[in-house]
Amino acid sequence: MSLTRQEVEKIAHLARLSISEQEMPVYVTSLSSIVDFVAELARADTGSVAPMAHPLEGLHQRLRADAVSETDQRERYQQNAPSVQAGLYVVPRVIE
Amino acid sequence: MLHDLSIGALADLLGRREVSSVELTHHFLGRIERHNPGLNALITATGEHALREAAAADLRLQRGERGPLLGIPLIHKDIFCTDGVRTSCGSRMLDNFIAPYDATVVERLRAAGGVMLGKANMDEFAMGSSNETSYYGPVKNPWDTSRVPGGSSGGSAAATAARLAPYATGTDTGGSIRQPAALTGITGIKPTYGRVSRYGIVAFASSLDQAGVFARSAADAATVLQAMAGFDARDSTSVDEPVPDYHATLETPLKGLKIGLLAEFFDGLEARNVALIEAALAVFRSLGAETVEVSLPHLPLSVPTYYVVAPAECSSNLSRYDGVRFGYRCDSPKDLMDLYKRSRGEGFGAEVKRRIMTGTYVLSAGYFDAYYLKAQKARQLITDEFRTAFTRVDLLLGPTTPTPAFALGAKIDDPITMYLNDIYTIGANLAGLPGLSMPCGSIDGLPMGLQLIGPHFAEGRVLNAAHQFQQATDWHLQAPRGYA
Repeated sequence: MSLTRQEVEKIAHLARLSISEQEMPVYVTSLSSIVDFVAELARADTGSVAPMAHPLEGLHQRLRADAVSETDQRERYQQNAPSVQAGLYVVPRVIE
Repeated sequence: MLHDLSIGALADLLGRREVSSVELTHHFLGRIERHNPGLNALITATGEHALREAAAADLRLQRGERGPLLGIPLIHKDIFCTDGVRTSCGSRMLDNFIAPYDATVVERLRAAGGVMLGKANMDEFAMGSSNETSYYGPVKNPWDTSRVPGGSSGGSAAATAARLAPYATGTDTGGSIRQPAALTGITGIKPTYGRVSRYGIVAFASSLDQAGVFARSAADAATVLQAMAGFDARDSTSVDEPVPDYHATLETPLKGLKIGLLAEFFDGLEARNVALIEAALAVFRSLGAETVEVSLPHLPLSVPTYYVVAPAECSSNLSRYDGVRFGYRCDSPKDLMDLYKRSRGEGFGAEVKRRIMTGTYVLSAGYFDAYYLKAQKARQLITDEFRTAFTRVDLLLGPTTPTPAFALGAKIDDPITMYLNDIYTIGANLAGLPGLSMPCGSIDGLPMGLQLIGPHFAEGRVLNAAHQFQQATDWHLQAPRGYA
């Protein structure tokens, strides 16, 4: 196994994912095999190649003027929220 | 039968008022009702919505308006946001999500007079090659319902192959249009990165995602792509290049066309697959094309490169699902961390969690250079090799998949075996190139696909070659038994 259970637990925490006791060994095995698989890249001679920034040569991220282009649709968007009160998203208490 | 007609033939019937869009829509809704229970190709059928759009199309036709897609039904992959209609992306996470706006693709096809019959099943968040990771259960292949249709756009492919709609939309991040098109015996095109707007498409890997079309011929795919393609200011990677008239070049003779055969694609390819490709090459040669051998030495690194880049982007894109603003929330969270972790842990399926964790790992401190940066360098090398190849040839040709459709359950427990399904399709995504798959024969009674890859923005050339092949052959006319 190229990844230990502790490492996978740490990754799951960083990714904010709860993983059950039963699932954990499956992830340790499969993530280890994926990491081994992609480790093949280490053998590639990438020399002085610059890492790709855009798949189309010569194209860069387009910018736009910092102008208002959207109207307020909060009520509409909040219809998809699990819990809303007075236009605010409700989560468990953060500050005691 | 209506469902066996091409988009062009249906548009003629509608134009001559020999059939109305409402009648056509009823016909396809009837087929969905009859066949979908056995295929599970749709997550949501939108019959009422469709009949309203059909009535509106009939009104436009009545007023004398004509258009190649006006009044013609379609199915959208459930990754495209549809205003007021559930957009689940195949996930429990978005099972309750009603999109508050339309994707650009949805908007454009509606403006062209398209009639949406429903939303197609797919691998969860488009992560999968068999449509088995869907929260809504696997899609069955209409050629053999004990087999997968491919993925991630498996529902769109199965629905088009089973004639539940004349065409369907899909997205392709690593082969998710071309691989299912091959396994279900239809034509599927993934355009150049930036050709079709990604606005309103649930994001998976933003530097690879591209929307495209499933149809039963290259000519039909050309008609649909024409309506979908073009600049959109709402997608920051949309390219501001004019869209050529794809139909205008479909009939261009292939005399002198240089087709490159990728040596790396034939290395270890099964003999029966090689024979199908050879037969297709003979057709292309008889049409005047020349074939040249080319080699892309770094192409074998495509799959490992992809499985670093795509999960990295996925882990970042999917961080938005927090159980707070929309989507699934766990029951009675004890604190905010518990809310995040359990909402995500319960809302995402196993493969999505695996990819998020892979991405989190390759981006984490100490590993970024070794994995992510290294992969982006390999990606540049592969892209440069494609570019060099296209200075010598007009198109590249090869298989779409190593094998025909495999049995449901055969690969789902082994991620690496599943990932290797996309060995021939991933290269085009990494380099942002247009790719098309079309049927070229069968193995054990199951359809096989032939892949054409073109230079950036050469969709017209790809469609031209595919159309000429289809004029000379009849593989694309074959229908799965029971769905003709």
